[in-house]
Order: sequence, then C-alpha cells, then structure tokens
Amino acid sequence: MADDLILVEEAIEKIISKAKEFKLDFYDMYFEICPADIIYTFGAYGMPTRFSHWTFGKAYHKMKTQYDYNLSRIYEMVINSDPCYAFLLEGNSLVQNKMVIAHVLGHCDFFKNNARFKHTSRYMVESMSSSAERIRSYEFKYGRDQVESFLDSVISLQEHIDPNHYIKKEKKQVKTQKKNCSGGCGKCVIKEMQQKDSPYDDLWSLEKNDNESCSGKCKREQNVKKFPEKPEKDMLLFLLHNAKELDDWQRDIISIIRDEMLYFWPQMETKIMNEGWASYWHTRIMREIDLDEAEAIEYAKMNAGVLAHSRVSLNPYYLGLKIFEDIEKRWDSPGEEEKEKYGRPGGQGKQKIFEVRATENDQSFLRNYLTKELVEELDLYLFRRIGYDWKITDKNWEDVRDGLVNNLTNCSFPYIVVEDGDYNKQGELYLKHCYEGVELDVYYMEKTFPHLFRIWGRPVHLETVLDNKAVLHSYNGDKHSRKYM
Amino acid sequence: MSGTKYTVSRDDWTLHRKGEIDRQRHREKVREAIKKNLADIVSEESIIMSDGQNIIKVPVRSLDEYHFRFNFKKQKHAGQGNGKSKVGDVLGSDPQGAKQGKEKGGAGEEPGNDYYEADITIDELAEMIFEDLGLPNLDPKKKPELSSDSVEFKDIRKKGISSNIDRKRTLYEALKRNALSGKPGLRSITQEDLRYKTWDMTVKYESSAVVLAMMDTSGSMGPFEKYIARSFFFWMVRFLRTKYQNVQILFLAHHALAHETSEEEFFTKGNSGGTKCSSVYELALKVIQERYSPADYNIYAFHFSDGDNLSSDNEKCVRLVQEMLKVCNMVGYGEIEGPYYYTSTLRTAFNKINNPEFVTVSIRDKSGVYPALKKFFKQSS
Repeated sequence: MADDLILVEEAIEKIISKAKEFKLDFYDMYFEICPADIIYTFGAYGMPTRFSHWTFGKAYHKMKTQYDYNLSRIYEMVINSDPCYAFLLEGNSLVQNKMVIAHVLGHCDFFKNNARFKHTSRYMVESMSSSAERIRSYEFKYGRDQVESFLDSVISLQEHIDPNHYIKKEKKQVKTQKKNCSGGCGKCVIKEMQQKDSPYDDLWSLEKNDNESCSGKCKREQNVKKFPEKPEKDMLLFLLHNAKELDDWQRDIISIIRDEMLYFWPQMETKIMNEGWASYWHTRIMREIDLDEAEAIEYAKMNAGVLAHSRVSLNPYYLGLKIFEDIEKRWDSPGEEEKEKYGRPGGQGKQKIFEVRATENDQSFLRNYLTKELVEELDLYLFRRIGYDWKITDKNWEDVRDGLVNNLTNCSFPYIVVEDGDYNKQGELYLKHCYEGVELDVYYMEKTFPHLFRIWGRPVHLETVLDNKAVLHSYNGDKHSRKYM
Repeated sequence: MSGTKYTVSRDDWTLHRKGEIDRQRHREKVREAIKKNLADIVSEESIIMSDGQNIIKVPVRSLDEYHFRFNFKKQKHAGQGNGKSKVGDVLGSDPQGAKQGKEKGGAGEEPGNDYYEADITIDELAEMIFEDLGLPNLDPKKKPELSSDSVEFKDIRKKGISSNIDRKRTLYEALKRNALSGKPGLRSITQEDLRYKTWDMTVKYESSAVVLAMMDTSGSMGPFEKYIARSFFFWMVRFLRTKYQNVQILFLAHHALAHETSEEEFFTKGNSGGTKCSSVYELALKVIQERYSPADYNIYAFHFSDGDNLSSDNEKCVRLVQEMLKVCNMVGYGEIEGPYYYTSTLRTAFNKINNPEFVTVSIRDKSGVYPALKKFFKQSS
C-alpha cells in the first residue's frame, strides 16, 4: 500500500515537471486516493462538501449502479479550487493514474486561466461546507421535510441565474417621464436633477422638503416605473430580493443555491473545451513519459475508451481534443490562403491554443474554430425526430456548426426572464421565455409552476411560444390555465 | 524541481456516508411515491404478467426533477457518425410509437419514456398493498386451521443482540449489584448487568377459511375485462397466501356453464359463449355444501363479471346470492364496466339485496383494481 503511494508520488513529480515544461500553469495540487463510492458521491454532488439532498442520492445511485454493472467508470474528479483537489480512484493501475494525473493538470490549468472562471470562488470547498452546515441546522430547527421541499423548489429553478452578473450593468436610471408636468413645478425639476449622477449628488439630500415635492398639483405619473425596470435574467436573485413571504432561512437557501450555480456555471459552459484541453495534455504528456509495452497497450485502450463517440451524442473529450489539435496544426503550418488573408506566419500553434483556452467558451470555441474540414472529418450531423424515427436531417457543415452553437446557448437551458413582478397590479409574477425556435416541454413546465408558486407566493405566469403562437401559461396555486395571446 | 507543491494521500473514508444517506432518502421517497400511486401500479401489466419475476420496474413520475426545459422531441440534436452517415439515416425509433394506439387518452404532451423507474420486488410491493387488508368478519369460533405467524418478546436473557437490550432491567441489575456491594446508586454498567429481550415465534391460530374466486369468462368479457378480473384475483391470491397460511382458494370459471378449474387455467385460459351467472353461484353453493361446512369454515366468495348476463337469469342470481349470504361471511361482486352501455346489468339486479355482507364494486379502468381490493378486504377493526 505504501509502495503504491510512493509510485504514485513519483509519477506525479514527473508529470508535474513535464507539464511545467509544456508551460501549463496550475495551482498547487492536492491528490487524494479514494474508493469508488466516494468518487461517485463527489461526482453526484459536484463537490465533496455540498449539502445533502435526495436528488444527489438519486444521481449517486445511478452512477453507482452503472459502475457496479461495469457500464461506465469515472477515473477522476477535479475541483476548481486553490489548491486544486483531485481525487484518484482506488484500484486504478499505475498507468491509469498517470493518465489521470496528466489529465487533471490540464483541467487545473484551464480552471486557473480561462476567463470564464475568473470570478469563481477558489474557496468553494469551504463555503459549500459551511452552507451545508447551515442547511443542516435549518433541518433541525424547521424540520427536515419542510427544508427538503423548499430545496426541491429552489433546485427546480436553479438554472435561472445570470452568469454575466459580474459584467457591469448600465447605470440604473429612474424613469421619470415629463408627462403632465409642464415644467411649472419647480420641485419636480429639482427632483429630476437629483437623479442625474453627478459628483454633487449628495448635496441634494440637504433639501429638506423632499417628501413634499409634487404634492398634487403636478400629476407626474407615479406608476410608470416598471418592476423590474429591465427584464431580469437572474430569477433566483429576483426571488431572493422580492418574494414577499420568505423567511430568512429560505432566502439563505436561495442564495446558497444561486452561489453554487454561479460557481458551477463556467464548468458547464466550457465542458467541451475543458475536456478537450485536458485530453490534449494527457495525450501529449503520456507520449513523453516512458511506458513499457504492457503499459502502452493499457493506456491506448483506456484512451480509446475516453475518446469513443456515439451516434446520438457528441463526446466532449473527443470533439474538444480534435478542435485544439486542428487549431494547433492550422496556426503552425497555415495554408496559403490563411497566410495571405490573415497574415498568419506559421509556427504559432502552441501560442494560439493557449490563447484560445484563456479566452473562449464552448459556444465561441465552436463558432470560431469548428471548420468545414473538421465537420466532415468527424462526420458530424444534426438529427431530429420525424414521426417515430430519429433521423439525420442535416450534414451541411455550417448548419451543423450553427446547430451545435445554438444548442449550447445558456448552457442548453431555456432563457427565461422576469418581465414583471407586479403583474395585474396584484404582485403576480410574469416570466417570459425568450423563444428561439424550440418549444418548452409543457408537462415539465406545469410541474415546475407549483415550485415557483411556493417561492413567490402569488400567481405566476410564463409567456412562451407553442405552435408558432404566443401563449401565456398561468398557475394560481391551484389550477393551470393557458391562453393564446 | 517543478516549483508546484503537491501532496498525495489516502484517507479512511469509511465514515463518509453522505451518498448512502441521501440515496436512502431517495429510496424512501420512491417508496412513498409508489404508495401514493398504488392504484395505478397494482394493475401494471408488467407485474401481473411478470410470471414470478422478482424485481419489477415501476414508473414513478413524482420523483422527476422538474424544471423549465426544452421539448426534447422537438429539438435538433447533434451526433457523430463513423464516416458514412447520410441525410435520412434512421438512428433509432421511439418504442412509444407502436404502443401509442393501445393506450387510451393521456397521449399528447407526455414524453412517455423519461420518467424514473424504480426497481422493487413483488414482495415489497405486495407488503405495501396488503398493509391494511384483511379478511373481514372472520369468525374465530370455527375450526382453527388458519394460522399466521407472530413475534412476541417473551423472555429476558443475559446474552443477546445489542438492539434488544432491555434498558430498564439492565439499569435495575446495575442498581442491585451496587446495592449488594454496599454502595447504592447508579454507577457504571458492567457486562454482567446487561439484559436482553429475546423473542419467540408463536403461531397464532385463526379460524379456517376458504375463498371462492369466481370469474366470468364468457364471450362478452373482452381482453380488458378479463385483464381487470385477473389483476384483482392475482393480488387476492397473493394477499391470502402472504397473510394467512392455510386459507384455501378455489377457482370457479363460468360462461353459460360453470366449472372448477386449476389455478393456472383460471389465470390463463379464455373461454367464449353465452353467459349465465347463476351457474357459478349454483356451483359455489354445491361446493360449499359438499366440502366446506359453514360451521367449520369462514367462507368468502368473490365474483367478477362484466354484468352482461342473460336478463332472464338475473332474478335467479339475486336469489342464489341471498342463499350464499346465509352460509358465507361475505360475498363480493365486482362489475367491470365495458365500453358498451347495458340497460340492465347484473349489478342493477343486485341493488335489491340489502345486506352489509354483500359488497359490490364497479371498475371502470385499471386504477379501479386497488380500491376494489381495499373495499373487499377492509380490515374489520
């Protein structure tokens, strides 16, 4: 046992220095060797320290069953943290471990350097652990069933966050319309000036009679203010701030789930790149470290397994790897056209892939670098359901690329915004699905409404498109209704 | 040296049980969901036709994790071929397609194949179904042949399994020991003080019982009607055999004529021809008279039919049922409402009978089987 560890340590040492030669840049590494159960637990939860919930138990059960029946096997689990935690499966052979270690370093380099991860907390292991602790304490205090069912509700809406919330929004402007106030009301003018941003803003609050402005004569439209002012993508944040009847513990749970989703989001939107990058590097590194014949064969087998593809889905490891290799090739030895048109001198392959890994996400990665040649070489296609059959419908490379890119929009979740938090002037919630050609699953929608209702506490509505007609689905806590608009 | 620090370790994870605990919770929820849907599950074809298969798959919709999502079937997906794919190639077909015609109603938006399927053994399912079922009006005075097992904690011993520690007695022993040694009060508890409860299996004798399963197998009983009747009897038989050890079950099938059949025949063979329900009641009365004295046996009779009886025969049936009520603890009649509308069914004729020991149910669809079981086997408390 101790010997194993020493061998693994030696391998790590060697692979890390190889990776450094290749200019990979990662955090300090913390490797932990653990049994399959534990890896599957982490896989199901996304993080060893995350809170408890039956849905994770369900995922765990599924993964474990597949493992027990030898249907699939994960070899590793890496966590975006500093130091970087990586878990190796107990019982992996030394070659398997070598490949996994090399792969893991690729992930860690990606976590550290890709722009989408810039704002993720590197201390999530600890903060998830403390969130889990709080949720447990709520269970003690308010009862397991109550906390569990509230979690059910929040989890059902967890994709509806705004991953771009770190990008600065335009300055808020309170809309004050000039209607009805023909300028005669001096106080209104003052108030309006007050709302302009200037270095002297604070002076205006010296004005004592603030509340008395517009005492009737000036009928400035009061209700013109929309709520929210602009459609709000971050539904969880909106609920957190505006749902009226939530207790503090419930708001805390919403904010916990939201933080965790913000943390996981970059991983979801760079899946192809991240796996491709890690695969690219484990391939490179394994090529450079000495393997004996038996090891080489075992490695080749395992690598083929990782890169295998299926007719009805894409393997992110394979697709990502192929694109990175293609970029490298094209920037190392550009064709005539590329040389002329883009002024590519050649020999820039490595530099280019490092740049790509730092700046793109899956959508832009595919849009910018999935070429006609690659689509044809990989035999990619689009398929859909016709009658009861699933048929290939398109092989045109641009359609395939665009189809892929479109499917990845918003991490493949419907884009839904909060349009009005005071609909019907009754505090009802009006959501709008930004329809882009694919309908929602109505059955699921109707089953999700009660969750939303439980959080919002008042009737909820969702505008979407069915059969090319705008339709408004509503739920009043008791019944569903649907009307075409 | 690389400059990057690393550690590698192997910890003891045996206490890390979170996955297992949440998995357990999920399982509990699956059980709850199954319980809530027993009415639908009881008549699942896969169970009735399972032929002794031990683990069955039960659809559990309520455990889906609902969220706003796209309609999978209306989306374009991407895939990867082996280099030879062409537009128009079929990658797969939905098995739902063939079935759709058979299922009445409910089609449309339901995605059909993506609900969670729970694995459950028939025994577990049976336990849930039978939880509060029992043979009603059991008369204990009759010949005690019918036995059921029960567990009773009867004895106290010095050795045993720790979950069975008798706390009170253990404390008492400790007090006693301390008092004897001259230092009264409770100090430590020693191995010597431990007392365990142990149990005995006792056989509880109940009265003997015989159950007559009677089914209409005439031509008007279509596949659906037969399926419903058989679902009912399937669970009834299973229930009686699980809960009672010596209950006797007789199978009587009839069209215009009635005859006693083997259990296998009863569940598999179809018949045709006209209907005379009185024939089966006559046979039942004969069997009772010849083989099961009402003085010694609790007698139950359950008859399933679509109610489409020869109308001249209905009066006779009423009379015979009244006859049977004199010797039976209970007579049950289940009518499966077929797609046709009959002006006069057997049940209408039975409305005249006003006796609490005569119980009737109507079953319109598959979900009616479970309520029928519950109505017929209501535990008399």
